[in-house]
Amino acid sequence: MKVYVPHDASSLSLGADEVAEAFKKNTAAGIVRNGSCGLYWLEPMIEIENGKDRLAYGPVTAEDVPSILKQGRAHPLCLGPIGEIKALKIQNRLTFARCGVIEALSIDDYKAQGGFKGLENARKCSPQEIVNAVKESGLRGRGGAAFPTGIKWQTVLDCKAGQKYIVCNADEGDSGTFADRMIMEGDPFSLIEGMMIAGLAVGATQGYIYLRSEYPNAYKIFRQAIEIAYKHGYLGDGFDLELRVGAGAYICGEETALLESLEGKRGVIRYKPPLPAIKGLFGQPTVVNNVITLATVPFILAKGAEAYQKCGAGKSRGTLTIQLAGNIKRPGLYELDFGIALKELLYDIGGGTATGRPVKTVQCGGPLGAYLHESQFDLPVTYEDFAGQKAMVGHGGIVVFDDTVNMAEQARYAMEFCAVESCGKCTPCRIGSVRGTEVIEKIIAGEKPEMHRKLLEDLCATMLDGSLCAMGGLTPYPVLSALKFWPEDFGLAPERKAA
Amino acid sequence: MSINKKKHSTDWDESVAEKILQEKKGVPGALLPILHALQEKFGYIAPEFVPTVAQALNLSRAEVHGVISFYHDYRQTPPGRQVIKICRAEACQSMAGRNLENHAKQKLDVEYHGTTPSGDYTLEPVYCLGNCACAPAMMVDDKLYGRVTPEKFDALLDKKGKAS
Ligand SMILES: Cc1cc2nc3c(=O)[nH]c(=O)nc-3n(C[C@H](O)[C@H](O)[C@H](O)COP(=O)(O)O)c2cc1C
Ligand code: FES
Repeated sequence: MKVYVPHDASSLSLGADEVAEAFKKNTAAGIVRNGSCGLYWLEPMIEIENGKDRLAYGPVTAEDVPSILKQGRAHPLCLGPIGEIKALKIQNRLTFARCGVIEALSIDDYKAQGGFKGLENARKCSPQEIVNAVKESGLRGRGGAAFPTGIKWQTVLDCKAGQKYIVCNADEGDSGTFADRMIMEGDPFSLIEGMMIAGLAVGATQGYIYLRSEYPNAYKIFRQAIEIAYKHGYLGDGFDLELRVGAGAYICGEETALLESLEGKRGVIRYKPPLPAIKGLFGQPTVVNNVITLATVPFILAKGAEAYQKCGAGKSRGTLTIQLAGNIKRPGLYELDFGIALKELLYDIGGGTATGRPVKTVQCGGPLGAYLHESQFDLPVTYEDFAGQKAMVGHGGIVVFDDTVNMAEQARYAMEFCAVESCGKCTPCRIGSVRGTEVIEKIIAGEKPEMHRKLLEDLCATMLDGSLCAMGGLTPYPVLSALKFWPEDFGLAPERKAA
Repeated sequence: MSINKKKHSTDWDESVAEKILQEKKGVPGALLPILHALQEKFGYIAPEFVPTVAQALNLSRAEVHGVISFYHDYRQTPPGRQVIKICRAEACQSMAGRNLENHAKQKLDVEYHGTTPSGDYTLEPVYCLGNCACAPAMMVDDKLYGRVTPEKFDALLDKKGKAS
């Protein structure tokens, strides 16, 4: 008998270690630490393997352990065989195929479940063939900007340079997102494999992972994964990997600020061009990709570009690792083909709000993403459909709010966040956000509201057009969407008077 | 901010700091790893040590100071014995995170970045802990907590109070 107890940060935050301890005390069965499957309303969710069967139980506390061991399948917390759980069955797990399934730090488990097949295939290919496969898969960057990954790699491949780098962006700063963390804690070798393949593709011999400091548990697990990969000779044989930690700055998720930070400087963004692909880390050609982008590459190389490309909708190919967060009954990670309707996600899959009240709005794509109104919930989740509504898929995070939320307060927070996190390089972002916060406060206080609304709209236009990067350039979206759909929350008249 | 009279568990030690500096200064882009290592050891980075770091890396003092002040994580004064970080970001807001923030401030009787007079706790804001599916979230030193209600916050504090 084996007991699986997840060790991902969220499960630990709900007492998974205590549950593991209780099993140790009450049974001689081996305890396996896996990642989370991402069904967070059921965490800590444990599984007991007896022969072929893996029975899931959740949410489990340490006190439940003796009775679970005694009653087995008859226990009220028993969810049945893991493979039968609907929230998992509906998913198309390509990137997350192993996450929550295997022992996270067992390289043997990883290999037994198809790990390193992609690398094996890549080693038989020329660099151009690897890049072609990534191009043909239609994979686009999952960090936010959705840039075609194969084209980025081509640029780096085409550069002649003594040293090239692969940099993994694990800064995951967007509220409502945790997919990067889950992979690093639950299937770390897939990211290592993805970076190694990227190295082969563009001719880079050194990789860096820039991990945010808010993830100490991911750091601990991933550092061990790197050590294990070195010990087994995967790393250190033509490709080296180092894990670096950020220092609490949202802007360091922006790729050029990230590179500055890796170089040991303030995380101030760089002018583009030159692109990091041409002049990146220490001035060398550099691939900067998000964790999920890189962790998806092994699948593409193992199963072929076509297997990935055939999923999805329109120009958004493959799967999106959607993260349902905030006020939702069934929060978690859902890897699904692009094209699913937002509505289906929120109600059928997510079960509506956790508080049981009506959904008022969702914010997609992190703190720089627009607040969507109920009238937009029919939207299919694709990059193009969202862009058409001035909304953002971004890193795939969806934060749900019930009807108690005040949208003027959310707009104020969006500006305040920008003020706190701006790198300060350009004026529209640095000053605009401070002024924006003040102006919204004045509107809320009822000081010449119509005049200040006009001022706020002008200010947003300046930030949109004049900012150097998306920090200042996108902050207006949550603000303007709140203003457009919920003027009454600002104490403003519902319809703008004609000029 | 008032200087915390109580001493941090590890006092600043020039020779230990020097050793950390020598160990790390050779890696590419060494400044952040050095600052992290110093802060992990002492809980803060002593301003008096800035010139030494600057010299070792061939940087100006202003550059080193600029980096320390840019990043939210770095402290130049010792924190309380435990650092409590409360998530202020959207997913936590949607689950009454603002209540938790206010409750924590009231209970500890400090504002953000402040340290309780006893020197037990420093309260810091944080913008997402990646626990957005189990909101609201907070972190005490490196330990993460999810679905934190004001009651759970109090219970945790009580437990910690008794343990120490
Ligand atoms: C303010 C700001 C914050 C960002 N934060 C992140 C982040 O946390 N993680 C990430 O992967 N990309 C982030 N990005 C996007 C990166 O700049 C970059 O596009 C991405 O790392 C490229 O990788 P991809 O093509 O695989 O998505 C951010 C961009 C901006 C403007
Ligand atoms: S928003 Fe609070 S943990 Fe992510």
